[in-house]
Amino acid sequence: MLKITDLKCYYGRIQAVKGITLSVGPGEVVSLIGANGSGKSTVLQAVCGLLQRWEGTILFQGSSVKGLNPPEIVRRGISLVPEGRMIFAPLSVLDNLKLGAYSRSRKNPKSNFEEDLEKALTLFPVLRERINQPAGTLSGGEQQMLAVSRALMARPSMLLLDEPCMGLAPMMVNKILDTIALLKSRGMTILLVEQNARAALQIADRGYVLETGKMVYEGRAADLLADPAITNAYLGIAATPKMKPETAAASLGLTF
Amino acid sequence: MTQSSLHETVRIGLLTGAVAAAGILFDNAYHIQVLVFIGINTILTLGLNLLMGYTGQISLGHAAFYGIGAYTSAILTVHFQFSPWAALFPSLGLAVLVALIVGIPTLKLSGYYLAMGTLGFGMIVFIVFRELDFWTGGSSGLAGIPSLKIGSVDLMSGRNFYYLVWGAVLGTLVVSRRLIESRVGRALRSIHGSEHAAMAIGVNTQAYKLQVFVFSAFLAALAGFLYAHCIGFISPGSFDFMASVRMVTMVVIGGMASIWGALLGASLLTLLPEWLHAFADYEMIVYGLILMLVMIFLPQGLLRGLLDIYERSRNA
Ligand SMILES: Nc1ncnc2c1ncn2[C@@H]1O[C@H](COP(=O)(O)OP(=O)(O)OP(=O)(O)O)[C@@H](O)[C@H]1O
Ligand SMILES: [Mg+2]
Repeated sequence: MLKITDLKCYYGRIQAVKGITLSVGPGEVVSLIGANGSGKSTVLQAVCGLLQRWEGTILFQGSSVKGLNPPEIVRRGISLVPEGRMIFAPLSVLDNLKLGAYSRSRKNPKSNFEEDLEKALTLFPVLRERINQPAGTLSGGEQQMLAVSRALMARPSMLLLDEPCMGLAPMMVNKILDTIALLKSRGMTILLVEQNARAALQIADRGYVLETGKMVYEGRAADLLADPAITNAYLGIAATPKMKPETAAASLGLTF
Repeated sequence: MTQSSLHETVRIGLLTGAVAAAGILFDNAYHIQVLVFIGINTILTLGLNLLMGYTGQISLGHAAFYGIGAYTSAILTVHFQFSPWAALFPSLGLAVLVALIVGIPTLKLSGYYLAMGTLGFGMIVFIVFRELDFWTGGSSGLAGIPSLKIGSVDLMSGRNFYYLVWGAVLGTLVVSRRLIESRVGRALRSIHGSEHAAMAIGVNTQAYKLQVFVFSAFLAALAGFLYAHCIGFISPGSFDFMASVRMVTMVVIGGMASIWGALLGASLLTLLPEWLHAFADYEMIVYGLILMLVMIFLPQGLLRGLLDIYERSRNA
């Protein structure tokens, strides 16, 4: 579905990504993990057309995305949930969702918008209660749900998630991970960028590990989880999807 | 029709009624003149509000487009014997062209480049107005600009010009309203929220920013055209940096991203100098103070701020 070969990304004269190769098959969930500044977001931005300068090839469904602008790439079926959520704070939840459907609303303005809206609100019922509220007044977790729903409103065939669990409480992390698993079960192809590597690998089929712009490991998620070298270097962070909130709290030394 | 657009239609109907009523009630030429200026300033403010309030792009040189509209028409009618209506098209066209030339390079970049670019641009255009005295009359200004006529009816007589200007205001209001309520309007507000995120969901931010900039320049030129043919005399002082600041103040006072606020902001800032003649020398300070106070106490603008206070007192 997505095939990245020898990707090199530049910010001015700095090379942030130094020739990586990665692929995601249809219906697959692939995790891209790595420390801060290793280049994960940069890779996603290159795929979405948000990055000005990159070399190598990025093929989506067999055709190159080189030279396409972000709107064209969205129309081809790739949706990004950007790092830090980036919801449109002053706009209502509903307007945010309408904007998610923006790229396909040009030709047929009302094209199943209501239907998709219903799906999004069923997926995240809290959003229904807050539908007319400015998105900026939502909690962090709710904003993340909104960011995911907004991306889904474009009816993508592939979803790119940039650290969807960042800054969320363990319970909310589980909710987001459950949602990813649900989307996967419905056949969505997902590239998941996470620092919370253990969580990310638990729901992924395969994983890649990025270190200062180079790919250092790749393999089946289960193998990566079992590899002590990786567990020591990248899996130190708490909160797993299976962990109950009490256990997570206890592991942080909190008591109820 | 949704509830809110119904309200909107009612409001526009009310405004139309008020415009007609004011035209009948006011018979003092001075009052009519002030209402004409409020109308012209409202057109300016509506255009700039689309750019600043909705799309989040700041222009500090909008007086230049106002001036281009005024001077092009004035020069064509005074020196080249164009009829004013024939000069309308080139005036608007030149403003649009110049907006494209200024906008294309500056709007490619996000951030404050447009503010900086338009600041410099406004100063250059002001100097051109002042120094090109062969055509513009330099700092002493250009007089003898003919008034507008329809057939043999001189629009300067009676209240004709008032109705012309406010007709244009209502038209601009309706167009702006429709634009904002549309899918395009939502896209513009998404750019204001976060340009990066807007791009990520597939909004062509560059194209929209440019289109709004050009449209606001178009409206400024239209206002300039009306202004020139209304008073028949223009000088560079009406289109200097201070004039651009005044426009920004009108947008901010009325409320960013508020069409009705634009009407309020334009009205207040047109009336204020009339009321505060004594402060003429301190104009810059007064505007600075107003801007600061509004930003601190009513960041949503006067209209929203007053409505909030009203709602709170009713709920209390
Ligand atoms: N706009 C930019 N200009 C210059 N350098 C940048 C820019 N954005 C990122 N970088 C650099 O590129 C490298 C990779 O950044 P990137 O944001 O892709 O990392 P990341 O893996 O997503 O990190 P994090 O986990 O903190 O989000 C970093 O060294 C960063 O400093
Ligand atoms: Mg990142």
